[in-house]
Amino acid sequence: MATAVENLQTGVDVMDSALESQMTLSMGPQHPSTHGVLRLDLRLDGELVIKAIPDIGYLHTGMEKLFEYKKYQQGIVITDRMDYLNPLGNNLAYVMAAEKLLGLEIPERAQVIRVLMCELQRIASHMVWFGTSCLDMGAMTPFWFTFKEREKILNIIESASGGRMTPSYFRIGGLMMDLPAGFENRVKQFLEGFPDALNTFDTLITGNTIWQSRTQGIGVISKEDAIDWGLTGPSLRGSGVGLDLRRANPYTGYETYDFDVPVENDGDVWSRFLVRMRELRESHKIVKQALERLKPGPIKADAPKVVLPDRDDMRKHMDSLIHHFLIVAEGFNVPAGEVYHAIEASKGELGVYMKSNGGPKPERVHFRGPSFVNLSALPVMAEGEMIADVVAIIGSLDIVLGEIDR
Amino acid sequence: MSLISDVIQSTVAVVKGMKRTLSEIPREKWTVQYPEQPVTVQPRYRGQHLLHVDEAGKEKCVACYLCAAACPSDCIYIEAETDPRPYADRVGRDERYAKVYNIDYGRCIFCGFCVEACPKDAITHGYNFEISVYNRTDLLKTKDDLLITKQKQSKNYRVALSTEDVDSEFKEV
Ligand code: SF4
Ligand code: SF4
Repeated sequence: MATAVENLQTGVDVMDSALESQMTLSMGPQHPSTHGVLRLDLRLDGELVIKAIPDIGYLHTGMEKLFEYKKYQQGIVITDRMDYLNPLGNNLAYVMAAEKLLGLEIPERAQVIRVLMCELQRIASHMVWFGTSCLDMGAMTPFWFTFKEREKILNIIESASGGRMTPSYFRIGGLMMDLPAGFENRVKQFLEGFPDALNTFDTLITGNTIWQSRTQGIGVISKEDAIDWGLTGPSLRGSGVGLDLRRANPYTGYETYDFDVPVENDGDVWSRFLVRMRELRESHKIVKQALERLKPGPIKADAPKVVLPDRDDMRKHMDSLIHHFLIVAEGFNVPAGEVYHAIEASKGELGVYMKSNGGPKPERVHFRGPSFVNLSALPVMAEGEMIADVVAIIGSLDIVLGEIDR
Repeated sequence: MSLISDVIQSTVAVVKGMKRTLSEIPREKWTVQYPEQPVTVQPRYRGQHLLHVDEAGKEKCVACYLCAAACPSDCIYIEAETDPRPYADRVGRDERYAKVYNIDYGRCIFCGFCVEACPKDAITHGYNFEISVYNRTDLLKTKDDLLITKQKQSKNYRVALSTEDVDSEFKEV
């Protein structure tokens, strides 16, 4: 009776109920390798995983509902808190969806800065993934190296936006403010040191036999399965599908940058690891190109009814002041309609579905989070693996629970 | 045989790794011994707010409610009042001023929207981030806590320590 009730709660079919040797292990929600508050319901036969069922929702904050009560501009701060390792990517997806509805033209400089910041953020996000997934498998040293690199990026982001984890730097129609003086030098400094750091990672981990034997052939997902389960981002590219939205469906001028889309064919933890490691070099390349393109110019779209006027202008001119008052106090009306806009976030396709009824607040905002969809394929990958390898598989998926539960 | 080569290869990997790790010892340190050593923040860092005053010490805020309207977490509470007395006698720079100005730091998310919204440059972000308290009600800061004249006397008042060449539109501190 007790088993039947338990099976009902966990959603396991009563029919594949336990042999004598099977047991159920609840991994998480406080387990450190679940990267947040994820609970895994593991059916074990000895050390073999027969079934792994992710149980999510411990971090549910009702963000999508919250958007309905916030003006469009205010919604940006909520997106920061979804995938907190890639806040600028979330900002970008959200503001671009709204800009699509408004039909705004974003000036060149703002676009370049957006690309630059997003790629820096992607490196920072991959740094956390790299550090923590090594840590999960018992390699502690890389963690300190990766967090040093991440610290440099967070300082750069902080110098431009004022926030480290929650920058809210992009605005609908442009940026919060222009880059500070000395910004380019700091990015240059970072770029110079970064290849060294990458070589360090290769010495410590990529070329390490212990690491290779720990990851190769683990958590395999075939090309077909990966597509069927809707995997995106590096997790998909590790299975031999070269889909990258920056290439397939370019936005903010990604079509004009020169970079490769790394693909590996084995579909195991090692492939996904290699894809991300190679992506770091590609992002480094993109930041370098973006830095060269940084030319002076406006950073906000020419839309006085949507974007806040220049601060100096606002202090001096009455009409600017009136616009400032109206935009801040009442927001702006967005034409009725619905859009879906997807970007390539550090973890995969981050899509925003936005519906407007013509008012200053969205009627509905929905996110298609990459972590959420990627996690759903975990049962396929974990089946038949050892319990210690489940940790490696979770690490290779690079999930953030803040985005899964929203 | 393969066991032996496994052991050898693993040992080589560990030695290689240790070599790299140990070579880090004489290099520049990135960690800070906080709280013994102060933490550096950037000039645009968004910390606890400051309410500014003009040269004569009169509050700049005109209680226009724009910051409260811009705030995504609704944590600013203002009560406006008019003071018709001459400039020398009143608290505010203008006739209209905020009699009550509270920010609830239990709700504030340090997003900077209020600073962006203020047409009078009356509110900016300071650099204090040590605002933890033992009692939740203490998170409600009133004008007394927020005014720059008061904060300058507090031991928590700090300026951006970064010496790097970075400017800010809102510094004025
Ligand atoms: S920083 Fe943001 S949350 Fe805090 S008071 Fe200002 S607008 Fe509100
Ligand atoms: S702080 Fe600025 S925005 Fe807020 S009420 Fe005062 S003058 Fe208006």
